[in-house]
Amino acid sequence: MGGYLPGTERERRDMLAALGLSSADELFAALPEGVRLKGLSLPEGLSQQGVERRVRALAAENTVYPTILRGAGAERHFIPAIVNEVASREVFVTAYTPYQPEISQGVLQSIFEYQSMVCDLYDMDVANASVYDGASAAAEAASMCRERARVRVLASGAMNPRYAGTVRTYAAGRPVDEIPLADGRTDARALKNMLGADAACVLIQQPNYFGLIEDLSELTEIAHAAGAKLAVVYHPLAAALYRTPGECGCDIAVGEGQPLGLPLGFGGPYLGMMTAKKAMMRRLPGRIVGETTDRDGRRAFVLTLQAREQHIRREKASSSVCSNEALCALRAGAYLAAMGPEGLRDVAAQCYSKAHYLADRLAEAGLTRAHAGEFFHEFVTKCDQPEKLLAALSENGILGGLPVEGGVLWCVTEANTREELDRTAAIAKEVRA
Amino acid sequence: MNIPENLKYTRSHEWLQLLDDGAARMGITDFAQGEMGVLVFIDLPQEGDEAVKGEGLCEAESVKAVSEIYSPVNGSVRRVNRALEDAPESVNDAPYDAWMVELENVTGAEDLMDAAAYREFLKSEGHE
Amino acid sequence: MKLIYERAGESARMLEPLDVPALRPADGMARKTELKLPRVAESEMSRHYAKLGRAAFGVCDGFYPLGSCTMKYNPKVNEAMAALPGFTDAHPTQDAPGCAHALALAKEYLTEITGMDDMTFEPCAGAHGEFTSMLMVRAYHLSRGDHGRTKIIVPDSAHGTNPASAAMAGFEVVPVASTADGRVDVEALRALVGDDTAALMLTNPNTLGLFDENILEITRIVREAGGVNYYDGANLNAVMGVARPGDMGFDLVHLNLHKTFSTPHGGGGPGSGAVGCKAFLAPFLPGSGDERSIGRVQAFGGNFLVVVKALCYLLALGREGVPAAAEAAVLNANYLKKRLSEKYACAAPGVCMHEFVLDLTRLRQETGVSAMDIAKGAIDCGMHPPTMYFPLIVHEALMFEPTETETRETLDQAADAYLKLFDLAYTDPEALHNAPTTGSISRPDEVAAARSPRLRYEHTA
Repeated sequence: MGGYLPGTERERRDMLAALGLSSADELFAALPEGVRLKGLSLPEGLSQQGVERRVRALAAENTVYPTILRGAGAERHFIPAIVNEVASREVFVTAYTPYQPEISQGVLQSIFEYQSMVCDLYDMDVANASVYDGASAAAEAASMCRERARVRVLASGAMNPRYAGTVRTYAAGRPVDEIPLADGRTDARALKNMLGADAACVLIQQPNYFGLIEDLSELTEIAHAAGAKLAVVYHPLAAALYRTPGECGCDIAVGEGQPLGLPLGFGGPYLGMMTAKKAMMRRLPGRIVGETTDRDGRRAFVLTLQAREQHIRREKASSSVCSNEALCALRAGAYLAAMGPEGLRDVAAQCYSKAHYLADRLAEAGLTRAHAGEFFHEFVTKCDQPEKLLAALSENGILGGLPVEGGVLWCVTEANTREELDRTAAIAKEVRA
Repeated sequence: MNIPENLKYTRSHEWLQLLDDGAARMGITDFAQGEMGVLVFIDLPQEGDEAVKGEGLCEAESVKAVSEIYSPVNGSVRRVNRALEDAPESVNDAPYDAWMVELENVTGAEDLMDAAAYREFLKSEGHE
Repeated sequence: MKLIYERAGESARMLEPLDVPALRPADGMARKTELKLPRVAESEMSRHYAKLGRAAFGVCDGFYPLGSCTMKYNPKVNEAMAALPGFTDAHPTQDAPGCAHALALAKEYLTEITGMDDMTFEPCAGAHGEFTSMLMVRAYHLSRGDHGRTKIIVPDSAHGTNPASAAMAGFEVVPVASTADGRVDVEALRALVGDDTAALMLTNPNTLGLFDENILEITRIVREAGGVNYYDGANLNAVMGVARPGDMGFDLVHLNLHKTFSTPHGGGGPGSGAVGCKAFLAPFLPGSGDERSIGRVQAFGGNFLVVVKALCYLLALGREGVPAAAEAAVLNANYLKKRLSEKYACAAPGVCMHEFVLDLTRLRQETGVSAMDIAKGAIDCGMHPPTMYFPLIVHEALMFEPTETETRETLDQAADAYLKLFDLAYTDPEALHNAPTTGSISRPDEVAAARSPRLRYEHTA
């Protein structure tokens, strides 16, 4: 028999006999006649060699770019080998959610360590065990702030449109307004005028979709003055360099954990990181690990504050999230531990320096920045014929920036070399000429 | 089972103590705390909130359950017992001292049970 | 166990030296708070995670009969294929024909297995698929100008995610009673449906492991009332290739690729909650390109690498292997049920599907030993416990789902162990109250954890 069935035909017959049955068909006697399937219209099963041949051929259809200068929510970074090693351990890969703490301390502790590291990174009080990705984390953050008459979410127009779209989908008809921009940044004055007694939260991305640094402290003060919360989608590497969500007074900080040791993987699985101030602890969705002791006084970890969750609160739970991205959280934890504080600052500083280097080279090649002001590792340049430029780069093994309104959005990381950046600028110059 | 004589009771196991100034305090009965098990958190309303008789007013959380606590009367929330936020176990230890909410402009207390009636009610539900 | 923060050493040097001029943000913008990540040598880190691994329990460590979780063997070829650079290095916005073809192929298999017309892989887990489905139900009714359909009917035996997902999508949840064996009370359902019915959410086989024989009537009642029939795929493993939700009258389905289609659970994710639907609902799918689409539910196309793993599994099983797996899962469950019935009481008699529930109410009354005590005792027998206290309609419930990838020998060993635990409850209940003794900890103080939450490592000054 194909597939992964360990039993022999003989065993199967014996087991049926033990049940007093003569055929496996009788196991399905409860199924009404109308729903019994006559047979699937699918190909026959393949051997493992056959599966490999088929799937390798699919993978080979994709271009693997040696150089990637595109982000917009998914970035290529250096991943230390030990991170892959840790995340490939069969026990972590195949374990279930740690509902049995006595035999799940390894998984529980890894989540506790992840929660601690994310809190350290964002300089916030509490974190959950993760949600699906950065976009769904932003949507969950908005839900956390809705309370009684405060139902309106004000989302910056400089948020990643995929995130803003997710926030709107999750809102399911509850109001979400877009805050207008001024030179690529959230317009603080406009925000002031939009805030009313029904405002639940202001949602900002830092750096924003165009890579620009927002004045997060000012926006937080404005939100708080109107009685609204401030939730920020904060790039985890930017948090190593810039004023933290904690320093800026944010109530909730979330982010996409993909840059912390996760491959691009055509969009997933990624990692929705969520942190909050202690006052909002019981509004966090999903699983949370806490420290306690066992009967013998030893340190122990458990899933805690479970009365928030769907399996207890059912329709009154604020979110239905159950499975999260635990193995991705393990990866991010291992990445942060492997890099350490100096290593992570080095990654962030290299992203910053190399992005600014490319911005200068592209400007020399005639692709000037579309916005003024501080940026981290992404920026938009004007570009008349993005298709032509991207095609020329692609021919040279470079995945260029993402075409956006007004130009091209570039992303540079520590994985890019000076030679790649110089070559990119040279190609840009040729295309313009 | 401890059922003080000076209080009023609901079928959903809340108690109500009428205060001299027309206000009232409420909490949950000894029976209720026993059913809920060891409590780990009490979610209290905000001062100024409207309380509607029979509708949810507070929530009590144990490790594996959450129980709604209903308002015994109509009224508005004058004070809440913030001490419970740090010591939810006092509801288990002394349910009639651990009041949760103080209500003013109280109406609808007339049909609540007295101690004897509540004791009978528990018995009729199979709880001695 | 030491936390990673409590281990020592110098971090390894990871990055090449910076090859462009070093720049930094202006001081006024710079982080002031110290970045207190762990500082640990790579050698120490390696031992740390090895130790954590020894204090965890995977499918690779032993029998894992968690009811409703379908903890089947996770084939290694799936992992190897999902790690191919052609997939892992693909940017989600790049032109990637191989990824598109992989998704199309997975869709072809899964729409055939479910009897649906179209499918999305955007949802990242089962609950995410439920939520997506409920948003589609909402959008569908609103698109027809029918604003009165505000209620979702959910059996009282359902997973908590069902009512939570419906409420998230803005619906009111109306429970429908189950009969004693966990089936939908058809008359109660008939009385509930009406102009305000948006959808019924149903798992079939149900959470007691029984196939609802009235399924065609149930879905007809909802359809005739104008509601959508939604199938929660949590229990599809029992009937894949044997019966299709589409043929049972369902319009909308979510699948847990991390249960039914063998992708590993990862200690709590990532999963994939693919959603399939009949043609009339297809315009409402995320990414349908139609203006009636509900929009996106996450940033990119979903957990693509998880879909690759499920695709490998589907390719390996094929036409014959899919129903054979379901059949073997049902056979294994019935065999284990039969063996355990020698002493334990079952919540529902007769033939079950892929899982069954023991009711330990009487054992508890007679011995004081609870379902949790027996579950903890199983740990000391080298097994992962079954699901405890679910479904909620059985009080001392233990729910077993052995899956098709266990040998008869494993099932017999497990049965022998559980029968011994049953006897132990009468002879030495204290031993079970104190179990487990072989875990890396004894039972933890969950009350203290919830009362005074310590959710992160506190740095000493």
